[in-house]
Amino acid sequence: MARKAAKTVKKEEELTWKDIELGCFITEPGSATRFRTGDWRSRRPIFDRSKCNPKCALCVTYCPEGCIVKDTEGYPQADLYFCKGCGICAEECRRQAITMEEEQ
Amino acid sequence: MAKRVGIEVSVAVGEAVKLVNADVIAAYPITPQTHIVEHLAELVADAELDAEFVPVESEHSAMSVCCGAAAVGARTFTATASQGLALMHEVLFIASAMRLPVVMTVANRALSAPINIWGDHSDAMAVRDSGWIQMFVENGQEAVDNVICSFRMGEDNRVLLPVMIHLDGFALTHMIEPIIFPEKSEVDAFVPPFNPPLPLNPAKPVTMGALGPPSIYTEVKYAQDVNLRESKKVILEVWKEFGKAFGRYYSPVEKHYSEGARVLLMTMGSFSETAMVAVDKMRAEGKDVGLIKLRLWRPFPFEELREAVKDADILIVLDRAISFGGPGGPVFSEIRAALYGLDKKPKVVGFVGGLGGRDISMSGFEEMVAKGIEIARTGSTKEYEMFGVRE
Repeated sequence: MARKAAKTVKKEEELTWKDIELGCFITEPGSATRFRTGDWRSRRPIFDRSKCNPKCALCVTYCPEGCIVKDTEGYPQADLYFCKGCGICAEECRRQAITMEEEQ
Repeated sequence: MAKRVGIEVSVAVGEAVKLVNADVIAAYPITPQTHIVEHLAELVADAELDAEFVPVESEHSAMSVCCGAAAVGARTFTATASQGLALMHEVLFIASAMRLPVVMTVANRALSAPINIWGDHSDAMAVRDSGWIQMFVENGQEAVDNVICSFRMGEDNRVLLPVMIHLDGFALTHMIEPIIFPEKSEVDAFVPPFNPPLPLNPAKPVTMGALGPPSIYTEVKYAQDVNLRESKKVILEVWKEFGKAFGRYYSPVEKHYSEGARVLLMTMGSFSETAMVAVDKMRAEGKDVGLIKLRLWRPFPFEELREAVKDADILIVLDRAISFGGPGGPVFSEIRAALYGLDKKPKVVGFVGGLGGRDISMSGFEEMVAKGIEIARTGSTKEYEMFGVRE
């Protein structure tokens, strides 16, 4: 977050105006990985392995979030900590192996 | 030794930018700013100024390029006017919030419609809340001096804010005036190199302009406002140092026969010169009239203004812009707000005039003062008086 380096102990909601870094800049590269943005999601992708043939990974290419990766067997899996539930993977899958399910 | 030369004010502004060794100039030509950037383009083309001149396709791009240049730590300048300033609008807020000390001269010109290329302050007032340090200059010497001062003010690591210098279109930009130029070495000594603490640098990456969610936006905006308010200390310091180095002193509120005067006139920009001559004449006739000129517009000089008007019974404020449907001219309503909480304060009367290049002559200011006194004594149901309007 855009906080001054010396004050990283505070949570975002606890930062005072004096804790804000110059220009609200972020000075720590890659800090976004700490923010699990997947909780915006209202639908999640469900992968049907039986239809995922030949493991083409088109979903990996199309995912705008870059959150789909292949597991050890070569099947795609979405990292739900970051998946926003946009459904592009399900739309693009040539085998209809991905369905979007409402989050409860 | 400093040289005194007869020069067009726009060209002089370009020379001042050369004196501070600007690194990047990005601009789009628009009347009446054109001569400023034309001259800078010439200086760069002739290798008299070692800078990157980016001839962009719009003012929106001009300000965007300036933001990028200032972000890497380049000394950055641009100039615009009227519609160009309006087209830059959204990027102005980004420059100030991201603490990018761009210096920009605005050759004040009326906003369309109808198309009008001549001077007034409607462009300036529309960007009042953009978070920039803003000042109005009244002659060419002030323009040159304050271009030099602005780089030092904005780039100071206690400030890191963009600075807008308003100079009236044509009435200032196209005048040929005798202007004293300091020596290059003196300017080098006065304006230290720009060393921002967190520039864009691959060796030490930072992210600028990331998302600021509701959880921190309030804190970010308050920090920005505190920063702009506190920049006044540095502005005063730079003007004082400039005075010591070059012998010309500047202050947020300039006074002319205002000490003890019961009636005060308040102006901004080049009209102050005419108003000054009018006040001299009224003084010679034994009238108890003084003039105050508001130079620093943002951060607003509350203390200096209150001090300057403390003995007055009547304060007559001239706006060169309308706040349509609002409480009188924008400057007038701010002045009234700044004085409202005081126990002893002058009666403030607002005039709007000098729009779209219409001149107000010396006798015009005399007339305005007489009418202002009359309104203050008899009262008026109008929010403001439209000066010189044909009815």
